[in-house]
Amino acid sequence: MVLAVLGVAVVVWLVIKAAQGGSTFLQVTLNGITLAALYFVVAAGFTLIFGLMRVVNMAHGSLYLFGGYLAYVAQTHWYSGGTSQFQLGPTNNIGVMGFFVPLVFATFVIGLVGLGIQQLFLRWNQGQDLRQALITIAISVIFADQMIAHYGGVVESIQAPTSWPSSILIGSFRYPFFRVVVVLGAALLIGLLLFLLIRRTLFGMIVRAGVDDRAMLSALGVNVQLVFAGAFFIGAMLAGLAGVLGGTMISVGPGLDTQFLLDALIVVIIGGMGSLPGAAIGALALGLVQSYSTIYLHFGSVNLTNYGILASFVLVIAVLAVRPLGLFGRPA
Amino acid sequence: MSAVANAAAAKRSGPDAVTIGGWALLAVVGVVLLIAPAIFDSYWVSQILTQALWLGIAAVSLTFLNRYGGMVSLAQVAIYGVAGFAMANVVHTLNSEGGLNLGWTPWLGVAFGIGVAVLVGLLFGAIASRSYGIYFLMITLALSLFVFYFFGQVTQLSGFGGVRSVSRPGLVGDTITHPTPLYYVCLGCSVAVYALLRYVVRTPFGVALQGVRDDPERMRSLGYNVPLHRTLAFTLGAFVAAIAGILSVWFDTQISPGSIDITQTIAVLIIAVIGGLSRLEGAWLGAIAYAVINYYARQHTPTLGLWLNPGRFATIIGIVFLLIVLLSPDGLIGIGGKIRRAIGRRYGGGGARPAESEEAGAGEQAEVPAAAGTPASGTRGGLNQRRA
Repeated sequence: MVLAVLGVAVVVWLVIKAAQGGSTFLQVTLNGITLAALYFVVAAGFTLIFGLMRVVNMAHGSLYLFGGYLAYVAQTHWYSGGTSQFQLGPTNNIGVMGFFVPLVFATFVIGLVGLGIQQLFLRWNQGQDLRQALITIAISVIFADQMIAHYGGVVESIQAPTSWPSSILIGSFRYPFFRVVVVLGAALLIGLLLFLLIRRTLFGMIVRAGVDDRAMLSALGVNVQLVFAGAFFIGAMLAGLAGVLGGTMISVGPGLDTQFLLDALIVVIIGGMGSLPGAAIGALALGLVQSYSTIYLHFGSVNLTNYGILASFVLVIAVLAVRPLGLFGRPA
Repeated sequence: MSAVANAAAAKRSGPDAVTIGGWALLAVVGVVLLIAPAIFDSYWVSQILTQALWLGIAAVSLTFLNRYGGMVSLAQVAIYGVAGFAMANVVHTLNSEGGLNLGWTPWLGVAFGIGVAVLVGLLFGAIASRSYGIYFLMITLALSLFVFYFFGQVTQLSGFGGVRSVSRPGLVGDTITHPTPLYYVCLGCSVAVYALLRYVVRTPFGVALQGVRDDPERMRSLGYNVPLHRTLAFTLGAFVAAIAGILSVWFDTQISPGSIDITQTIAVLIIAVIGGLSRLEGAWLGAIAYAVINYYARQHTPTLGLWLNPGRFATIIGIVFLLIVLLSPDGLIGIGGKIRRAIGRRYGGGGARPAESEEAGAGEQAEVPAAAGTPASGTRGGLNQRRA
């Protein structure tokens, strides 16, 4: 009841804001949607791994950030002459290959890293989900510390190809090209590919069967360990890819691993663990709430944008109050 | 037999029972702790023992929730951060270095801090109490990170870079020049918390809580309000964590968002796991191990390029944590139990006492086969439970 009133109040407030400042509102909404696209790519990998293996990969944020760093290092070393990390601003021309080769490289390597983690630390204790979560927490601690040791505390960003436009005209305002075309496009493409993979291929059929009944699947002669390895590889690759996209769209720097772990957690808590449509809805909800709350928490002279984090918190509470397992969640 | 009776029976003969040897050990440890300021130098008393005592209080709130409620909570550090920030903001801070600096007396600040933290704990408990196992872990981690980012963003409450020089009551005094009073305060709080938790688990509420842990479905059908029991247990855990939060501010003389970040969240988890999640005492054992590793790792770590050097404390603690979780999920106490059982097996006579009751994780699962298949089954002792 309270929640319904709250929800209606928020919608009314947003409608008023939309009527007041059309183009600002559109821009803020686009910010939210592009952010949601990035969150979706991160959370899709997280939820894929959980859905099949019941492994909560707490190192997912670390894989995200490591992916960003790998692409950044690859780009600076291979395509910018590897001169210095102290240069200010983009001074080198980055070709299309200078963006895509590091992207593919980082994505693939992170997939392998994830596969290594799964084979070394998670394969032999399948089913002990709490222990596996703690193992991945330990790995994330080590990763976070090693990344600070090797890449320092400076915030960097990966360069998009110089030939790409920096912004495009949408209606009456210009909007960053990379955010709205590349990231959003990539998220839609990944969503579509994952949908086809899960719904239309033999691999997807096996994965779906594995989600429902692992023991029976194994008894039918399917090599479940191979399926697990494949799913973990794909899930980790998505984290790495998101790291590269996020590193270009926003930045790469220490602390982002935690932030994106939290974002992935919120997305799957809202959407329901193990559900891809849930991840999409959850990402959209979180992206929009974060985006609106950084702009629209001004009430007259009272500026509450500092408290924006509470908006995401209220979102999580509201969903959990109605559906403890998330919107698309179902009991294990 | 009902789940309550089951739990009660397990309680009488289970790992809770303190043996004569246990009492003797406790007495020795107690005497050593009482005269510690006389036998150890002040650095040890302050940096290792005092720190271990308040970290142990933080960790025991987690151990309690896991051992008796089947809830592995990652929100304990967030809750102690709430207590610390609430107190630091209302009491007097020197030169108004961040925070609201309302100038309340220290003891009023303590009451306020603990009160706010308990209310937040009640809210968090109400949110998370309907989730079990790994979902509970995830939700409490998310709540913990919310608190961290909240204090990171709301600089009115956290000051830029923390609330510093928080005033302390006269009982504690200046912790830099005279660390001994704070040591005894931490020791007293630890004993009180330990006694409180041991008492609570013997009350009807505590027994019902263990029933909820073992078989929520059956307890529900017996008419118990399962989420309420879990929420109240979580609130009690929040109270204990809040005490640790107050002590941590006195110990550090300040609090900043960095003191409740994910590293600290994980540190408290690590302490609880190192000590063993199956016994309350393990929390302090783990805390001492953590403080000692902390102290020596910062001085005596060999340098291997960027990979390993004295600055890489987090890497070392991560590796220790990883090894513990991989090799002995029951922590140091679990290792002790394993050694004892190995000895018992070697010299058959020692095996007269059922050895498996020493190690909660493996032993108790066999005791409660009926509970298998429920979400919380086997979350009693250690972490080596399996889903059915």
